[in-house]
Amino acid sequence: MTAVITADGLTIRFGNFTAVDHVSFAIGKGELFGFLGPNGSGKTTIIKTLCGLLVPSEGTGTILGMDIRKHAPEIKRHVGYMSQKFGLYEDLTVSENMGFYAGVYGIRGEAATRRRKEILALTGLEPYLDRRVSALSGGWKQRLALGCAIIHSPEVVFLDEPTAGIDPVARRSLWDLFFELSGQGVTFFVTTHYMDEAERCGRVGYIYLSKLAALGTIPELQRLSEANPAGTSRVEIETAQASSMLGQLRGMKGVREATIFGRSIHALIETDQLEAVQRRFPEAKIQTIVPSLEDVFVTLTYQIMKAAR
Amino acid sequence: MKGLFYGLWPVCRKEFTHISRDPMTLFFALAIPLLQMLLLGYAVDTNIRQIPTVVRDESRTQESRQFVEKLAASDVFQISMIADSDDALYGAMRAGRARVGIKIPYDYARRLQNGTTATVLVLVDGSDSSLAGQAVNTSTGVAMQLSLQQLLGNGTMPVEVRPSVLYNPSTRSANFFVPGLIAVLLQMMVILMIALSLVRERERGTLEQLTMTPVAPLGLMVGKMIPYGVLAFGELCVILVIMRVVFQVPIHGNVFLLLAMALPFLLTVLGIGLMISTKARTQAEAFQLAMGTILPSVFLSGYIFLLETMPPFFRGVSRLIPTTYFIQILRGIILRGGGFTDLWPNAAVLTLMGCAAILIAARLFVKQRRA
Repeated sequence: MTAVITADGLTIRFGNFTAVDHVSFAIGKGELFGFLGPNGSGKTTIIKTLCGLLVPSEGTGTILGMDIRKHAPEIKRHVGYMSQKFGLYEDLTVSENMGFYAGVYGIRGEAATRRRKEILALTGLEPYLDRRVSALSGGWKQRLALGCAIIHSPEVVFLDEPTAGIDPVARRSLWDLFFELSGQGVTFFVTTHYMDEAERCGRVGYIYLSKLAALGTIPELQRLSEANPAGTSRVEIETAQASSMLGQLRGMKGVREATIFGRSIHALIETDQLEAVQRRFPEAKIQTIVPSLEDVFVTLTYQIMKAAR
Repeated sequence: MKGLFYGLWPVCRKEFTHISRDPMTLFFALAIPLLQMLLLGYAVDTNIRQIPTVVRDESRTQESRQFVEKLAASDVFQISMIADSDDALYGAMRAGRARVGIKIPYDYARRLQNGTTATVLVLVDGSDSSLAGQAVNTSTGVAMQLSLQQLLGNGTMPVEVRPSVLYNPSTRSANFFVPGLIAVLLQMMVILMIALSLVRERERGTLEQLTMTPVAPLGLMVGKMIPYGVLAFGELCVILVIMRVVFQVPIHGNVFLLLAMALPFLLTVLGIGLMISTKARTQAEAFQLAMGTILPSVFLSGYIFLLETMPPFFRGVSRLIPTTYFIQILRGIILRGGGFTDLWPNAAVLTLMGCAAILIAARLFVKQRRA
C-alpha cells in the first residue's frame, strides 16, 4: 500500500496554544479515513495544514509524495476540499457554480464539458442546472458542493464535517457517493461528529486535546487495551427501569462508566464487582459485550482527562 | 507572471454575474451618489449674500438714510428690520432674526457737516466666521467710500483696483464644489462596493473554499477590481454629464484626459477597498472602516478647506490622501483647462499609490492565509 496522505510528528502552535501535537498517520490510496474529535480538537487545522494553507511549527507531511512545506501550490491542484459551509455562491445557478470552479482550476473547453457531464451523472444534479443555489435543499447543496470540490478530478479529497445538519436520507446518499468515488481510487479524509459515519470508514483516527488518541480499523479500536482496562468488563444491562437504575449504578463501587443505550445500560464495571451489581438488581439481565465505537472513545477521553489532571 | 494572476478571469466573470443578479443593490450603488450630488451641489453656496440686517437709525437724516441705502445696495446686506430702541436692536441679534445690527447715532449728520468723525456701530454675529468677515469687510468698504466722497467731493479717485477673476469668473460655488464632490462620491462608492464584495465571501465561507483552490491572491484581487472599476467609470461619466447639464459647470479642458487620469484614482480607491476587506471580519466592520476614510478625504483633501491655509502638519497629511490629487486633476481640467503637462505629477502619484495599495492588500491576504 502506497501512502497518499502522511503526517509525521505534525505540530502546529498558535502562540502558546498547541492546536496539533505530534500527530502521525499514513493513509493509503482509495482509503476512506474517518477523523473524529470534539470541536476545537484540531481537525480543521490538520486539514488546512495538509492542504498547504498553514505551515506546521514542527514535523511534516506529504500529499501524493509532495512535501506540504515545499509544494503547497502544486498540492492544491490535486486536492479537493469541501466544508460544512459548502463554499457555494447562493445567487449563482448550479451550472454557474460548476463553471466558476472549473475555471478556477483551469479546466476549459472540451475537458470542461466532459467533466461537467461526469459530475452531473454522478450527483444527479442535471434537472437543477439552471436553478439558483439558494433554492436548493441542504442535501442537493451538499451534492453540488461535492461536485465542485471534485471538478478537477483530485486524487485526494478532504471533507470537513460534510454532513453536518442534513437529514439522514441525504446523508446516506452522500456517503454512497463517497464510496463510489473511493472505489475509483480517490482517497478520502473525512472529519465527522457522527459515530455511525465513523463506523462506515475503513480506518478511524480519534483526536482529543490536540493529540491523536487512537488510530486503527474499527475491530482494532474495539480491542484496544486502553478501551478494555484489565480487570474490567464491558456489559449491557437489560432492565425495565433503566433511568432510575442508572443513578444508583453510578454510585456503586467498581462502576467506572455507565450510560443509557436505548432501553438498556452500557457499563464498564470491575469484573469482581459484577456479582454485587447482580445481587442489588436481581431482575436485571447482565451480559458481556464488545464495546461500541462510542464506548471506546468515551473510555479513551476519560483516561486522557484523568492523565491531564 | 501568469501564475501571479491565476484565476483572474473566472473571478472577474463570476463577479459580473453577481452584480447582474442583484439589480436593486446595483441601482442603489449607482443612484445614491447621483442623489447626493444633486443635494450637495444645490445646497453648498459659499458666496455670502443677503445677510438679514437690523437697523437702528437715531439720526433720521438724509445722510444716515444714504448710508443705509449704500449698505443695502451691496447685495451682502438685506435690511430686514428697523429697530426703534437699543433693546429691540440687541434683541433681534440675540434671537438670531438678524445677523448684523447697524446703529447710527443721533449726531451722525451733524458730525459729518462739522468735519469731525461720524461713527456708526456695526454689530456682527460671530457664530459664522466667514459671514462675520464678509459683513465687516463690506461695511468698512461702504464707510471708506462715503469718506472718500466726502473728502474729494466730485474729484477722481487716485487709485482704483480692477479685479479680474480667472477661470471661474462668476465665482459660482457650484463650479468649485461639484468637481471636488465627484472625487468624494466616487471614492465612497468604490471602496464600499469592493470591500463588501470580498467580506461577503468571507462571511459566507466561499473565501475559505477559494483559498483551497489554485487562485492566486492577485488573481482574486484584480479579478474583483475589474467589474467594480468598470461600474465606477460608468458612474463617473454619468456624474460628469449631470455636472455639465444640471449644474452648468463648463469643462474647460479635455474630457478624455480627465477620464484617463481618473483611472489611477480608481486603481487607488479599489486598492484601499481591498485593504479594508482584508482587515474586516464582517460587512458591518467593512462599512465602518470605509466610512472612516471619507472624513479625512472631505476635510483634508482641499475639497472644503484650502490646502494653502492649512497648518503645515495637516498639509503633510493631505499629501497622503489620494483624493487630494484627484481633486487637483478635476479642478485643473474642468475649471482651469489644464493639460497633461500641468497635471501629470498628480496622476503619477496616484498610480504609485494604487499599485502600492494593491500589493499591500495582496500581501495582507496571503499573511492571513498562513495564520
